[in-house]
Amino acid sequence: MTRPSSEAEYLARMVPPSVRGVDRRTLLRGALGVGALIGAGGLAACSSNSTGSTGVPTGAVTGTVTVGSNQSDAVPKAAVQSYMDAFAKANPGTTVKINTVDHNSFQENINNYLQGSPDDVFTWFAGYRMQFFAEKGLVGDISDVWKNITGMSDALKKASTAADGKQYFVPITNYPWAVFYRKSVFQEKGYEVPKTLDDLNALGAQMKKDGLAPIAFGDKDGWPAMGTFDQINLRVNGYDFHVSLMAGKESWTDPKVKKVFDTWAGILPLHQADSLGRTWQEAAQSLQQKKSGMYVLGSFLAQQFSKGAEQDDLDFFTFPEIDSTIGTDAIEAPIDGYMMSAKPKNEGGAKKLLQYISQPEAQLLALKADPSVIATNQTADTSGYTALQKKSLEYVKSAKSIAQFMDRDTRPDFASTVMIPAIQSFIKNPKDIDGLLTSIEAQKKSIFGS
Amino acid sequence: MASKRKYRGIDQLSTRDKVVVSLMVIVPTLIVLWLVWLPAIGSVLLSFTNWDGIGPLSGIKSVGLQNYRDIATIYPPFWPAIQHNLIWLAVMFLVATPLGMLFAVLVDRGVAGTRFYQTSIYLPVVLSLALIGFIWQLIYSRDQGLINAITGGTTDWYGDPNVNLWAALVAASWRHAGYIMLLYLAGLKGVDPSLREAARIDGASESQTFFKVVFPVMRPINIIVLVVTFIESLRAFDLVWVINKGRNGLELISTLVTQNVVGEASRIGFGSALATIMLLISSVLVFIYLRIAMKEE
Repeated sequence: MTRPSSEAEYLARMVPPSVRGVDRRTLLRGALGVGALIGAGGLAACSSNSTGSTGVPTGAVTGTVTVGSNQSDAVPKAAVQSYMDAFAKANPGTTVKINTVDHNSFQENINNYLQGSPDDVFTWFAGYRMQFFAEKGLVGDISDVWKNITGMSDALKKASTAADGKQYFVPITNYPWAVFYRKSVFQEKGYEVPKTLDDLNALGAQMKKDGLAPIAFGDKDGWPAMGTFDQINLRVNGYDFHVSLMAGKESWTDPKVKKVFDTWAGILPLHQADSLGRTWQEAAQSLQQKKSGMYVLGSFLAQQFSKGAEQDDLDFFTFPEIDSTIGTDAIEAPIDGYMMSAKPKNEGGAKKLLQYISQPEAQLLALKADPSVIATNQTADTSGYTALQKKSLEYVKSAKSIAQFMDRDTRPDFASTVMIPAIQSFIKNPKDIDGLLTSIEAQKKSIFGS
Repeated sequence: MASKRKYRGIDQLSTRDKVVVSLMVIVPTLIVLWLVWLPAIGSVLLSFTNWDGIGPLSGIKSVGLQNYRDIATIYPPFWPAIQHNLIWLAVMFLVATPLGMLFAVLVDRGVAGTRFYQTSIYLPVVLSLALIGFIWQLIYSRDQGLINAITGGTTDWYGDPNVNLWAALVAASWRHAGYIMLLYLAGLKGVDPSLREAARIDGASESQTFFKVVFPVMRPINIIVLVVTFIESLRAFDLVWVINKGRNGLELISTLVTQNVVGEASRIGFGSALATIMLLISSVLVFIYLRIAMKEE
């Protein structure tokens, strides 16, 4: 595969195989160009395969729209509030009621939440999990909202599409995972950005000499270390194998997987010790306090840095090359967004809100309070972007293939009940890789087989 | 004159009484069936399936004993969880409960500032769970915690699987002791003062008075304390869940059940099998307890 020439092309590559079957012609390009306020009825008339039920209201909507939000950290929570307020202001008579739930709890209770009495609109992610809920009929079809959405690339639309060809998801922001560092630390000590694993090892040794923990690391919550696994797997085995492994199609006892853990075990001494008692926030603060040199995490880590000079000091590089035949063109950049519940109480309001969320105005408001992510709408004005955001945008654009994240790319039961304990036990005891992989494979067979 | 009327069984009752009596029997029975037995039997039945918690009950597929086989053979957190539950029970029983009883006795004897101690020991029971988790996070955090800041150590209290169970047990005992103290204190206040007086006149020492007179008199309270300790240890869950969701050295059966059933994972069948195992373990303990309690009577 060659490098993509446009953003649309790169995003097209992040679509799971299950939705690649969607015909491009169904995109209704003409309709996409039509302004957001043109009636859905008119659109339905010009599209033969309209699937919308009631459509997006053209005029004002009223009543309360409830929003379930997992953005529980202070910074993103304020961001959600700001664009929901803007929506309510633009639609007099409409109020938005935000129910914020702790990020992890929201995620873990999602099945019960969706089968109980969910909010009209709720935060979720693109990827396997979005499609899973669509398949189970737990979320609402918003294809008619998508007819009025402009500025989203083809690929983003496909990433919002489930196996049945309908859209269930509106992207708002995404962000890359990479190796973060402080420019000032690298400058002061004369460090060079490592290009290969050997460079990384050499740099790590130097940092240790200088009294730094080379790689900050915190896995108390179980998921952050999945990111490290993903990075190494993408470098050792490449994107296709990674996706296939996540889908349960490869054996975990394969020597290829063993090589991932062997590589990880090799650089584990560079990681901050005692990671299983440390939250990612604490690990990020050690980077902020210049006690550690690098950190493999998503760009949301910037939330732990104060705005302005400190965030400007933050930079990142892609995880170093491990195998020159694989290269470094596969990255991880999860998409966050919103979905509608299957039976919203205020469907009109919900759809109007989802449409609003797809627009640059809302997305830029989201970024204003949380500049660690980038807008998904291509027409969003990037002049206000920080250096980090501009770099993120370029980084995501230049990648050849993009994974979501382990717990978004595989079955949730496998990720949470098998992989979290497995990776934690690897961190505790990196010696017994064979035993660990045998155990993972046995559990994988049982879960994927059922 | 008032000839002794022979008891004629239920016929003797008026219709209204019969209705009242039958309601008094039927309603609680239904409630118990609905709230206790139905879910319990449901869990046991679900444990033989692989239901993912979504969709109609008709979509459930039976997988026989596979869940149990998987738990015992290929599910690594299971055996540690059993071990941790037993340790938990032992510590609560041998340390936390006696400590709570000791507090109660001391407070009852009227140490200076009794009210202050009473309140501060009971406080942990009143505090919300989220707050307790937060308090102990502040104390135990490896990089930013109180203990390591004071001692200059680098012990990873929550992350090191050899240490974190004990760290959690300290926190749990802190809470449990306050609870037991309050229960026990209520009992101590109810003991007839003349008993102590009589013992003193007979020349009994303080400890003799407590162990030979007060303690036996408080048998009903002792049994309650025993039961509370049992129950609290078996359903130990909340604190561990707040710490790290019951992983990495803090596995308990209850957290495994929750991880599988409540979490996004939704392995209802697998989780139910774990719950059934927990039910069996509880039954054994309850059975032993009942035997002891019955024998004493």
